[in-house]
Amino acid sequence: MEALDLARWQFGITTVYHFILVPLTIGLSPLVAIMHTAWVRTGNEKWHRLTKFFGKVLLINFALGVATGIVQEFQFGMNWSEYSRFVGDIFGAPLAIEALAAFFLESTFLGLWIFGEGRLPKWLHSACIWLVAIGTNLSAYWILAANSWMQHPVGAVYNPETGRAELDGVAGFFEVMTNNTLIAAFSHTITSAFLVGGTFVAGVCGWWIVRSVRAGRQHEARKVWRTGAYVGLVTMVIAGLGVAVTGDFQGKLMYEQQPAKMSAAEALCEGEESAAFSLLTIGDLSNSCEGVRHLIQIPGVTSFLGTGHFSGEESYLPGVNDIQQEYTERYADQFGTDVDYVPNLAVTYWTFRLMIGLGMGSLALAAAGLWVLRKGRVTDTTWFSRLSLAVLPLPFLGASFGWIFTEMGRQPWVVHPNPANPVDQVYLLTQDGVSTVVSAGTVLTSLVVFTLLYAALGVVWFLLIKRYVLEGVEPLADDLATTGDQDDDQDDASPGGDREEELEPTLSFAY
Amino acid sequence: MDLPLLWFLLIAVLWTGYLVLEGFDFGVGMLLKPFARDEKERRVLLRTIGPVWDGNEVWLLTAGGATFAAFPEWYATMFSGMYLPLLLILLALIVRVCAIEWRAKIDDPVWRNRWDWAHTVGAWVPAVLWGVAFANLVQGMEIEVVDGNHQLVGGFFSLLTPFTVLGGVMTAVVFLTHGAVFVALKTDGEVRERAGVLAQRLSVVSLVVAGVWAVVAQTQFSAHSLTWLPLTVAAASLVGVVVATRARREGWAFVLNAVAIVAAVALIFGVMYPNVMPSSIDPAYSLSIDQAASSPATLTVMSVVALLLVPVVLAYQGWTYWVFRKRISTDHIHGHEGLPPAAPQDAGQSAGAR
Ligand code: HDD
Ligand code: HEM
Ligand code: HEM
Repeated sequence: MEALDLARWQFGITTVYHFILVPLTIGLSPLVAIMHTAWVRTGNEKWHRLTKFFGKVLLINFALGVATGIVQEFQFGMNWSEYSRFVGDIFGAPLAIEALAAFFLESTFLGLWIFGEGRLPKWLHSACIWLVAIGTNLSAYWILAANSWMQHPVGAVYNPETGRAELDGVAGFFEVMTNNTLIAAFSHTITSAFLVGGTFVAGVCGWWIVRSVRAGRQHEARKVWRTGAYVGLVTMVIAGLGVAVTGDFQGKLMYEQQPAKMSAAEALCEGEESAAFSLLTIGDLSNSCEGVRHLIQIPGVTSFLGTGHFSGEESYLPGVNDIQQEYTERYADQFGTDVDYVPNLAVTYWTFRLMIGLGMGSLALAAAGLWVLRKGRVTDTTWFSRLSLAVLPLPFLGASFGWIFTEMGRQPWVVHPNPANPVDQVYLLTQDGVSTVVSAGTVLTSLVVFTLLYAALGVVWFLLIKRYVLEGVEPLADDLATTGDQDDDQDDASPGGDREEELEPTLSFAY
Repeated sequence: MDLPLLWFLLIAVLWTGYLVLEGFDFGVGMLLKPFARDEKERRVLLRTIGPVWDGNEVWLLTAGGATFAAFPEWYATMFSGMYLPLLLILLALIVRVCAIEWRAKIDDPVWRNRWDWAHTVGAWVPAVLWGVAFANLVQGMEIEVVDGNHQLVGGFFSLLTPFTVLGGVMTAVVFLTHGAVFVALKTDGEVRERAGVLAQRLSVVSLVVAGVWAVVAQTQFSAHSLTWLPLTVAAASLVGVVVATRARREGWAFVLNAVAIVAAVALIFGVMYPNVMPSSIDPAYSLSIDQAASSPATLTVMSVVALLLVPVVLAYQGWTYWVFRKRISTDHIHGHEGLPPAAPQDAGQSAGAR
């Protein structure tokens, strides 16, 4: 394999990995902040249990998110130096601002939150986790500003002297910050992250409801886990709706800005009106349009996603063959005539469906949970316990497939030409972005090392989270009284000094 | 002052922030295995940096991001050319983050011991390699102009010379001293006492190594006599560290060591000026500040952003140090936070709710 392919694999692996951790941090940190605030305001011990339980999981996840993020910051220079030279004038600023405005905020206040119990007034201590939550969401905005610019460059001009893209005056910066692609991607990514966070909380709490009911700890099931499940379920419903609405908006933009991606996602070979949305397609999608057969179709839906019209002239979508022809003509002088302007059909087609299917699939739990837990009920049914666990990975997978779709659907471009002004030369083929001084052997080395290290850390991450989820929460006093468990816990509830700690629960996570 | 020069200085400031702050994090990490005698002492050491190390690390990310924004050509040439050392640094930083955050999660001596080794190695590696990297910026690298772009063509081994290796030794010793001084400043009891003794010994080594390196840098590679100034400040501060550690004036020792690091960065950037990547093949190939700089528009935007945000960041980071100003001793260390390795047996489990 050439350095180019290896560099692409490395970027894909490390970013997708980073983005398994990121949505959980983004979605879970505001939920933990809500739980903490509820505890401070009401003093109710159920909120204390929930904050502590999910706070610990958040910290385990956060660590690996930070560790893998550091790599991302430097990878552009290491593997994609020619890309960095070409775009740095515009692309670097959001990255630097992300660190200044978001990373400092989240890391500093996370430290204050972990160690600040007892040193800070209660309200200030809970404000710290809010600032962490704000920081994680801000960081998403800035990094997506950079990414959206690659999808749809705005506010930039080509400088023929240096051969680079440059910011189009200070005003260009505001264009980058208000890029409509960014608004769409940010709202879609954030809502999908909330779906991840909500599902995690609801799934874990749902599973624990069954477990604690069976263990005879009714109070714990009703107070702690049912409350937690509700926080998660409500988040899921709102976020699920948000994901669909913002995704629809993205589809429209994509049709304008990257028609090849939209058509490839539908394996649409020739342009047509009232294009159908297929649920299953067979044939060899990877290479060409030949042999593509759509089996199960919903008429007009693809056209609606792209144009807002189910049928008629306005519902026309171009096929990938039309786009290949158009781009080949337009860029023949620069790149010759044998560049393949159509992204990998199989990948775009299936990742798009998996994103929607798996991501929205988690809503099955929301529906079931809201029904089963209505009016103060809890349950001990095996199916609910199983469902709770089964949906946990779905939104993670949905979000990963969404990114793989977005990024691979952009190929062969690393900076996609903005169709509104295609002649301003602010575009770059992925093959022209790779570092020229870095040998294939070097990239292979780092690819192998990162993959192995990430795999090992991923196992530890999973086992740690599993261990902490299995631990559950400290039993409630009511449950101890009813089940007669108190004998076993005699040494914990010892008289004297420890009594006071019992009355004044702490939230310290310090190590 | 013109904008590229302003940003050259600001990049120096960001690296200074990183090396001064993460310098003691590294130092404490480097000492974790060799210095701390038992679990309580290790936890005391970890607590000294616990609330702040992550915020300190963000100075690196900011320096990296700001270099990308203000000097794309520098960012591209440096990180693609110094690929393997940077890879090693990244691997070390990854492992170190997990070691700090995860060690206390499981209450098991074997588990903790593994992570403590990972932490210690993860601190030594970058402490050495940052010095090698900066020494290369002083010495010059095999840079050529290929198709109008500056490229570091020499590969990994071209980066290792006696001077750059000494640079690595220097940062390791300076950070180690910085860490020992910091531990003495932040702890109480026996740990404080022993860290004080260690800092006193290390400060002499650090004075000698850094002194030799700086004089070679100045006499061999500097084109400006003005860089004698930071060199003198650094040397005087390091002498001050020797005196202060002897007198157990921990606050002074820490401040003076920090000043020495600031002065060392000033020396390094002063020697580099007016280049950001000097070429050892031919000075005509050197990448200069002006060649590497972004457009005036980008630099203007970045200046405004930095002016608005850096003071805020400094304010809340400073406040964090104030919140955690109390000394820590082994008396503050109680039972373990972490869970035992095996999950509890639960009635619900036997009922099949898995
Ligand atoms: C949509 C959100 C999002 C996306 C697309 C990315 N990240 Fe990220 N990143 C975060 C959201 C985030 C976060 C939620 O803010 C993290 C995750 C866990 C954490 O600690 O912060 C984070 C951590 C994180 C860190 C460590 C910060 C620290 O030390 O506190 C760095 C340096 C990066 N990221 C850099 C990147 C780069 C260069 C990316 C592009 C390739 C990238 N991230 C994609
Ligand atoms: C966090 C979510 C993200 C995921 C999961 C992701 C995934 C991917 C994948 C799978 C590729 C490989 C595509 C291919 O080679 O066919 C890729 C490429 C790339 N992505 Fe992303 N990406 C993410 C975010 C970003 C962001 C935020 C940026 C920019 C700031 C970015 C910049 C790039 C670049 C420069 C490439 C070039 C390599 C290439 O095109 O092959 N990505 N990404
Ligand atoms: C009705 C449902 C959905 C629709 C119509 C939809 C639509 C889209 C579209 C069109 C894109 C590509 C944007 C582009 O490349 O310009 C996209 C990307 C993405 N999707 Fe979805 N999506 C849906 C559901 C989901 C779900 C359930 C998740 C995750 C749980 C998700 C996560 C993502 C992510 C992370 C990206 C990449 C980042 C971005 O470009 O915003 N989506 N989605």
